[in-house]
Amino acid sequence: MSSMRELYQEMIIDHSRSPRNHGKLQSANLEARGNNPLCGDEIDMQVLRSEDGVLSEIGFEATACAICTASASILTETLKGKAENEARGIFESFHSTVTGESSAAYPPELMKLEVFTGVKDYPSRVKCATLPWHTLMQALEEKSEEASTE
Amino acid sequence: MANPEPLNVSDLQRQFPALDQQVHGHRLVYLDSAATTQKPQSVLEAVDSVYRKDCANVHRGVHTLSERATARYEEVRKIATRFLGTEDSQEIVFTRGVTESMNLLANTLSGLVGGFKEGDEVLITELEHHANIVPWQLLSQSTGIRVKVLPCDDACELVLDDLDKLVTEKTRIVSVGHVSNAIGTMNDIDRIFSAARGVGAITILDAAQSAPHMDISPKKIDCDFLTFSGHKTYGPTGAGILWGKRELLDQMPPWQGGGDMIRTVSFEESTYAETPWKFEAGTPDIAAVIGLGAALEFLDSTGRPSVEAHEAELLRMIESHLMEMEGVQIVGKPATRACCVSFTLDGIHPHDAATIMDQNGVAIRAGHHCAMPLMKRLGLPATIRASVGVHNDQSDVEALIQSIQAVREIFA
Repeated sequence: MSSMRELYQEMIIDHSRSPRNHGKLQSANLEARGNNPLCGDEIDMQVLRSEDGVLSEIGFEATACAICTASASILTETLKGKAENEARGIFESFHSTVTGESSAAYPPELMKLEVFTGVKDYPSRVKCATLPWHTLMQALEEKSEEASTE
Repeated sequence: MANPEPLNVSDLQRQFPALDQQVHGHRLVYLDSAATTQKPQSVLEAVDSVYRKDCANVHRGVHTLSERATARYEEVRKIATRFLGTEDSQEIVFTRGVTESMNLLANTLSGLVGGFKEGDEVLITELEHHANIVPWQLLSQSTGIRVKVLPCDDACELVLDDLDKLVTEKTRIVSVGHVSNAIGTMNDIDRIFSAARGVGAITILDAAQSAPHMDISPKKIDCDFLTFSGHKTYGPTGAGILWGKRELLDQMPPWQGGGDMIRTVSFEESTYAETPWKFEAGTPDIAAVIGLGAALEFLDSTGRPSVEAHEAELLRMIESHLMEMEGVQIVGKPATRACCVSFTLDGIHPHDAATIMDQNGVAIRAGHHCAMPLMKRLGLPATIRASVGVHNDQSDVEALIQSIQAVREIFA
């Protein structure tokens, strides 16, 4: 079972049970909905992007598995207060790590994202981890269609 | 009725090569037969021998291989006829499975009833698989026929008292799943179809989740059409059966045009082959059909009353274990259950459970089971579904329960 403990690390279980920044962000000026049609995960992300392009507030609501919910929760903690460009860069490195494209270590300030590295060994679950991130990108692009993992 | 012969499960298990493997260091415990069944040796050999010895197109060549392929392919119509307990093998149409059968019916029934008109209705139920929903919605878009839904209650039993209200003079088609793939409810088909016949509606039985488990003879279940998928009935993917009453099939137009379904073709006009070949355009999945024949013989020789009794006992066992466990909610409480048990774990998403159970060698399905309207009705995004087959035994049930405990430990 050690591999399962590695996938479901304490931090993931904790964030899935007590997600941070959960609940609709009333002050948001950007939002998007994401879904994974294969498993039914659904997530709504709201962002308050300031005029100088900083993601000053991020909130979300999700009906999703532990990995997806924890990923959304840790996303909000990681990206809140970051400039949009920086957030996009973090999305890229998170994406390439969980899909197994890159094995580069995260810089120290992003070490929290490390808990999702084990997901790359479970192809059907990679989408669970990336859905909130794709949804956030969708919100930043101001696209009206739903983000999807398909 | 006398008790059927008990199954020789250990002998059956040896007939499934795929069961003889380890998954993540554990014996494979396959409890996902409702998604697709594993294939017995006889089916594998039938498919293999088509490609090794009898690989040729059917209904065309005069050479020896084509004669052999055609004979084996057409023999399956007779096997399917015996399997269904009917007489006329020309009532057997080969399709790719239930989905294609439903699309065939949705595309051709109009020709049978002299066209649908605005206000006509097709009745399905809240328990249906998407394959028995979406083809009717497409038909609705092209003809104006309305799709009505017989609801289910909290136990996931159909509300049969609503039949009087929903089956009316406007009802032209009643298409119902025999056994719910998401819950395992066995529906009171006789009552539903007798209401349908009362208003002259066409009756269609989706037997995808009953054909592998019980006798589905149209002699016992009075219906106009019946369909099941080969790959859920121990056969290969790519072949299924649509059975229909001959006089109805004869009146229906073809739906896909091409080779094999014609009698003559000119650029002005074509004439079509007779039933059932007029419904089988193009080169079929010959090996899959021949494999399906072997699968139906496998099920017949196993004895469906024995299969039904064995699986009912396994489902009872699963249900009673789950009821004893804390934090486990069984979804639906059907009076008669077949095929599967669906459940949820408090505070744990089915997909997280499925990953951890797989790590213990236990293959189950987590998701909406292609029944999204039902999941919405139940207020659930997904469930965990354990479905049984002829090769499952008590040790599989025990492994299932242990794997659920492993899930709960991770999330403790």
